[in-house]
Amino acid sequence: MSMLEMRQVTKRYGHGPTEVNALRGVDLCVDPGELVAVMGPSGSGKSSLLTIAGSLEAPTSGEVFVGGADLLAMSRNETARLRRRSIGYVFQDFNLLAGLTAAENVALPLELDGTSVKVARRAAMLALGELGLDDKASRFPDQLSGGERQRVAVARAVVGDRRLLLADEPSGALDSENGEAVMRLVRAACSRGVAGVVVTHDAQLASWADRVIFLRDGRVADSTAAVPGPESLLTGGRPS
Amino acid sequence: MSVRHALLALLSDGPKFGLQLRQDFEARTGEVWPLNVGQVYTTLQRLERDGLVAGEDADDDLADGGPRKHFHITPAGEVELGHWLRTPPDLSSPPRDELVIKVLVAVQVAGVDVHEVIQVHRRYVVELMQQWTRLKADATTADEDLGFALAVDAELFRLDSVVRWLDAAEGRLRRRPVDVAAAPATPRTAAPLPMPAPRRRTGLRR
Repeated sequence: MSMLEMRQVTKRYGHGPTEVNALRGVDLCVDPGELVAVMGPSGSGKSSLLTIAGSLEAPTSGEVFVGGADLLAMSRNETARLRRRSIGYVFQDFNLLAGLTAAENVALPLELDGTSVKVARRAAMLALGELGLDDKASRFPDQLSGGERQRVAVARAVVGDRRLLLADEPSGALDSENGEAVMRLVRAACSRGVAGVVVTHDAQLASWADRVIFLRDGRVADSTAAVPGPESLLTGGRPS
Repeated sequence: MSVRHALLALLSDGPKFGLQLRQDFEARTGEVWPLNVGQVYTTLQRLERDGLVAGEDADDDLADGGPRKHFHITPAGEVELGHWLRTPPDLSSPPRDELVIKVLVAVQVAGVDVHEVIQVHRRYVVELMQQWTRLKADATTADEDLGFALAVDAELFRLDSVVRWLDAAEGRLRRRPVDVAAAPATPRTAAPLPMPAPRRRTGLRR
């Protein structure tokens, strides 16, 4: 069963002359352990796709399933619970709370979901440790570099039992080395069974994905084939 | 890629046999640039002729009874290597890039959707980038080969620049669509394609 399934999803903003069709019949399935990148220029519908997949806004029409659960059939409380427990978000500008330490930021979604502070902090420390941030746990966001902040944001997105990771230009504000470090973390989360969706206009970032889909004017215009083995690059011979 | 100077560089840290040079070359370039042994010996002969390396018969023999030869860099070779390393390659002339030419031609041909042409190329390049990135992802930090990592990064940045150009071209075409229907059905010989003429033919790369 797919972790995320979107069927014929449309999203329309405004009415009459100001009407904008952000998504026009998008189908997308992402399996557990799979990382899908969505590429497209500004205005192609990337961000709308991500916010609808994460239940942050509702589609105008179509169906969205997360872990087999129909988002449109859920109450507000149920979707809020799903967001806290199953869906992690990573944004370009980190979205960490300035008044909380790294560990508190990571533990927050668990605490909001009713997990005891002690258990939540333990899970947060585990997530931070996996990302090599043990020694930064008690630092506040303004005491961290951009790369460290984004790694904390990834830790927050995968802490607990999150099954779906949604990232919007997660390395957009970082240099290439830190951007690569963040994508390695996203890739590692997917190898542990998390389903990932990354929206980006950056081909280097998208190339970490198993599959890349190209959005144009709210429609899926194209997608890459399965990635062949990398040995195909090394056996063909290159000009010397 | 200058095999000549790469061999000089490998010899700068000590004398080596021809076969060893080939193995070291491939190892240092992450096996991204395979090199055949014939190419190594031909280049060594030329370097020896030019006084940049010197060969000496080794004590042990090859299986066919002939003497093994090991090579070392000469002082002139070290000067040549230093000069080559500090001389930027000629990037002043635009490369004859087939992908760019195809998009420029697609703009001019009636009945061809240039956006589709762009997307076909974008998808192909992104698929290549996925393969290079998979190589990079599979190499753990512990066993990462520096030459390999640098070579893969170079290829990824090169391919990335192609995608960026395709994105920019598509944006430009959307802002100023080409009305190919209004253009004559047959190519006009009087109006050549809007391609910048290379300043020097010899400067073309590839």
